[in-house]
Amino acid sequence: MNDLGILPLVLAAAAGTFAARAIPLFAPGVDRLPPIALAYLRMIGPAALGGIAVKEVFLRNGVPSVGPEAVAVIAGALVGRLRGSLLLAMVVSVVVVLALRATISA
Amino acid sequence: MTAPLELGVARRRLVVDSLGIWASIIVVGTIFGFTARQASLSLLETSALSSILFAGASQFAVVGLLVSGAAWPSIALLVWLLNARHFLYAASIAPHTLRLSRRLRAVIALLLTDEAFALTSAHLERLGQIDVRGAIYAGLSVFVPWNVATIAGWSAGSALPDPATIGLDVVFPATMAGIAVALVRDRATLVALLAGSAIAVIVAATVSPGAAVLAGGLLGPFAGLAVRSRGAA
Repeated sequence: MNDLGILPLVLAAAAGTFAARAIPLFAPGVDRLPPIALAYLRMIGPAALGGIAVKEVFLRNGVPSVGPEAVAVIAGALVGRLRGSLLLAMVVSVVVVLALRATISA
Repeated sequence: MTAPLELGVARRRLVVDSLGIWASIIVVGTIFGFTARQASLSLLETSALSSILFAGASQFAVVGLLVSGAAWPSIALLVWLLNARHFLYAASIAPHTLRLSRRLRAVIALLLTDEAFALTSAHLERLGQIDVRGAIYAGLSVFVPWNVATIAGWSAGSALPDPATIGLDVVFPATMAGIAVALVRDRATLVALLAGSAIAVIVAATVSPGAAVLAGGLLGPFAGLAVRSRGAA
C-alpha cells in the first residue's frame, strides 16, 4: 500500500458508482419516453426495494427459509401500510422479532 | 391513485420516515467503522470509503476483499457490479428531474443510496412531483449519520452490543419492505413488488446475492406491465 492508502481504489470504485447513479439523470429524452416505459420505471421502486428486503430476511446461509425475521418484517410492513407510518412499521418489526426469538428460545 | 399531499405534510412524513432509517444507518455504520478498523484501515481510509464511495453494502465488500488480498481492479469491478442497481433507482426518478439544473441532478446522484432512494420514492409518490429540498434532505439524512457512525464505530465500535440482541438487525429490511409496500398503488405495482421479491430470492440462492436486487428490480416490473396490459385489454 502506498502513501495514499486505498484512496485511489476508493476513487475508482466511487467513479463507477457515481456513473450508475448519474447517467439516467443526465440522459436526454427521458421526458419523451412512451407511457409503457414510464410505467416500467415507476414499478422499479417497489420491485427493487422488495428485493432488498426479502434478500435480507428470506435467506439463511444461502437457502430460502422463513424465520422470525421474515415474519416480523412482513408484519411490520402490513401494519405500516395500514397506518401510513414507516416508523410504526419498523417498531412493529423489532417488537415482533424480539417476541418470536424469545418464544422460540424458551 | 391517491391525491397528492400538501408540501408541508409530505415533508413532515419524510422527516418521520427518515428518523426510523437513522436507527438502521447508525447501527450498520458503526459496525462498518469497527470492521474497517479490524481490517487495519486508517480512520482516513475508512472515512474516505463512507464519504466518497458512500454505498453501504459495497463498502463492506471492499473491506472484505482487501483483507483477502484481492487485486484492486477486481475490487473496483465488483463494487461497480454491486452498485449497478443504482442505475435503476436513478432511471426511476429521472423523469421527475428534467427541470432541475445539472448541479442539482449531480448532487441527487451523489447521494442516491438504497435508503435515499426509498425515502425519495415515497416522497415523490406523496407529492406527485419532485421536491428538491426533500430529495436532498433524503440523501443527507443518510449521508450525515452514516459518516458520523462510521467514525464512532472506528473509534469505539468494540463497546457495541450485537444488534440482533436488541432486534435492530431487522430495521433495515423493515424499512425497505415498509416503503416498498407503501409504494403499491394498484394491482400492477403489487405484482411488480411480489415478482421482484421472488426473483431476488431465487437469484440470491442460485446465482449470487450481489445480483439479486438488480435482477428483481429489472425483471419484476415486467410482471407488473403484463398485469397492466391484461387489465387494459
